[in-house]
Amino acid sequence: MASAVESLPILGNHPKDEVRACDTTSLPVCLTAQKFIRMHAVAAVVFLLIGGIAALALGLTRWPAVHLLDAQTYYRVLTLHGLNMLIFWILNFEIAVLYFAGTVLLNSRLASKSAAWVGFVLMAVGAITVDAAIYAGKSDVLMTSYVPLKASPWFYLGIILVAVGALVGVINYFATVYIAKRDKTYKGSVPLVVFGATAAAIIAVVTLLHGAIVMIPTMLWSMGVIENVDPAWYRITWWGLGHMSQQVNVCAMVSVWYLLGTLTVGSKPLNQAVCRGAFVLYILFINIASAHHLLVDPGVGTTWKIWNTSYAMYLAVLASMIHGLTVPASVEVAMRKKGFNRGLFGWLANAPWSNPGFSGFFLSLVIFGFGGGITGVTLGTQQINIMAHNTLRIPGHFHVTVVGGTTLAFMALTYYVVPLIFQKDFYAKAWCRIQPYLFGGGITLMALGMSFAGSYGVPRRHWDIEFTGGQFATGFDAGAHVMLGVMGIGAVIAFLGLLLYCLLVVAAVFFGRPIAGKAMEAWNEEPRGQADTADVDEHKTPGTLVLVIVFLTAFAVYYFANWMWLSDLWEVR
Amino acid sequence: MSIYSPPEGWLEAPKGPERIWIGLALTWCIVMSLAMPYWHFYGKQNSSGESYRVSAVDFGTRVRQFVEANTVGEEAGIPIVEIPPGGDGYLLARMWNFYPVLKMKKGQTYRLHISSMDLQHGFSLQPLNMNFQVLPGYDHVLTITPTSTGVFPIICNEFCGIGHHMMTGRIIVE
Repeated sequence: MASAVESLPILGNHPKDEVRACDTTSLPVCLTAQKFIRMHAVAAVVFLLIGGIAALALGLTRWPAVHLLDAQTYYRVLTLHGLNMLIFWILNFEIAVLYFAGTVLLNSRLASKSAAWVGFVLMAVGAITVDAAIYAGKSDVLMTSYVPLKASPWFYLGIILVAVGALVGVINYFATVYIAKRDKTYKGSVPLVVFGATAAAIIAVVTLLHGAIVMIPTMLWSMGVIENVDPAWYRITWWGLGHMSQQVNVCAMVSVWYLLGTLTVGSKPLNQAVCRGAFVLYILFINIASAHHLLVDPGVGTTWKIWNTSYAMYLAVLASMIHGLTVPASVEVAMRKKGFNRGLFGWLANAPWSNPGFSGFFLSLVIFGFGGGITGVTLGTQQINIMAHNTLRIPGHFHVTVVGGTTLAFMALTYYVVPLIFQKDFYAKAWCRIQPYLFGGGITLMALGMSFAGSYGVPRRHWDIEFTGGQFATGFDAGAHVMLGVMGIGAVIAFLGLLLYCLLVVAAVFFGRPIAGKAMEAWNEEPRGQADTADVDEHKTPGTLVLVIVFLTAFAVYYFANWMWLSDLWEVR
Repeated sequence: MSIYSPPEGWLEAPKGPERIWIGLALTWCIVMSLAMPYWHFYGKQNSSGESYRVSAVDFGTRVRQFVEANTVGEEAGIPIVEIPPGGDGYLLARMWNFYPVLKMKKGQTYRLHISSMDLQHGFSLQPLNMNFQVLPGYDHVLTITPTSTGVFPIICNEFCGIGHHMMTGRIIVE
């Protein structure tokens, strides 16, 4: 180890024996950070599995032909699913990504080991507290816990602990970036992935503060200390947490896209200023755009709704659209330089699709853009939201952003985290190669089913769309039932993909062959095309340009079709 | 490479495909930004969020007075109440029903007041699929004009406890 440290070409601030050179990339790995990356990654996968089992039960309940759970269990499991997936799995993975970006990519040590411990323990204890409160049956309030729906104080306390723990982790990251700068461990500007991770961390601070502002009084109210929490105030503040945390996910996901582009095909950003500028747009504008959850609410007026969802949201949308070009464009240039310079899409057809790091990353990009992006912006349009609010169109949207997008990107990254950070080899690599397709395909099918069922008016978070026992007979078109079946089948496929992921990761991490001291076995042979690469222009990406124009066309069609449907409704203002 | 510090002088203007795309994307964002205020003035379907603070007791009183003055029938034990054309109608959301059944005329405009007695609820008119949030303590006013006739179920689409999936109501339009 010591010799490896001495042979490192760049400066560092690592104490002796607390760093190793990566056997594959030669990057310096801070051993303290490595330990906490491993711990957070393992915790993340545990929560993913809990949330995934819950997801399967939910999918099988909302599939009318199956209707698995009883009503009470359904709402309880729904609460469990939301929190374990959207908060515990994702936040743990994100803290791991931050620790990686701050130390390995900046050649720095982790700022504080004890703070990392505090953060990890708080997050773990908080998550277990929440899950126990849900299991105890006194907190069937769903993830949003809209007041005056009341959970046990332990539920809110657990969320606060998780938020504080994550905040400690984020501050530890900032401290690491600070000492790296102070100790001059890198030259010039930080790498793009670190820049994106920092953007995610900044948004995370604002997010977590909103969480504290809304959860502390709500906990006190649940304990009987405070008499009343205003439901409109709760909604606006809670969404400062609930929506912005999704932007942390987007930022982290985009950073992971850039990282995986580099790891899998050696891509590099065409223009650093453009990519970085897009991250800045996220920081500046996304927080205000959480207004789009309140578009059909009382208590907030038209001007407020339109202002906050137009300029603010669309400048953040612009950022995503920019990444939507720069990420595939960088892959295109890298592949053309490898000799796949023929035609519009020779670079894409010859990409390493059998490498789960690449397939997961590229599927995540496509699913997020075409699925999540287009639906999200359209449903977040003030008036169009009238025919989307609280229907299955909403989860149909966010399951292709945060699951088909973020979760799939994180899964793809895992195919590098396990060999490079855990220094373990995967078993059953053929299954690893299939996993992103299984999960991405399943989640896309599920979201399609949800979206179409939602277009028929089927509500989200609803146990029985036959309304058995209601005072008036009510039901939905047969088409809605077919779509719920599609959703159910998609959910089962996605669950199999998730289970496969968990099994592969657990088998590799705990029982895998150690590969410390050796380079990881590459997922694919270095792609090598025939064409002459001398004339590859780094700013010529015709294939990507065609892709994004197809995207924009699909976007416009969906957007204007929704305005057309809206104009058929009753008049209301 | 995204994982290494960029070379000096990385701050440069976009060119080629990036320039084209940023222009297209920005234009599209501006179009979408303008669409909302345009529809606010010229479109017929808007959520203005007109609302007033109201206590559950006061709102309940208004609903009772409204029902007493305008009842025209009964269905499933719930009064059918006809809103005077151009007038104010009241709909009460509570665990787990909407009260009363409302009757309207096609082409007439009504001010429909909706509030909750207890938890948050969702007003979801089917099969049109028009959705509005209902909060306790807030009188949410929809100025609404039915443009089709028939019997329209209302369902709750905000989780409100174990009986949420049974919470229904009805609007009749002639």
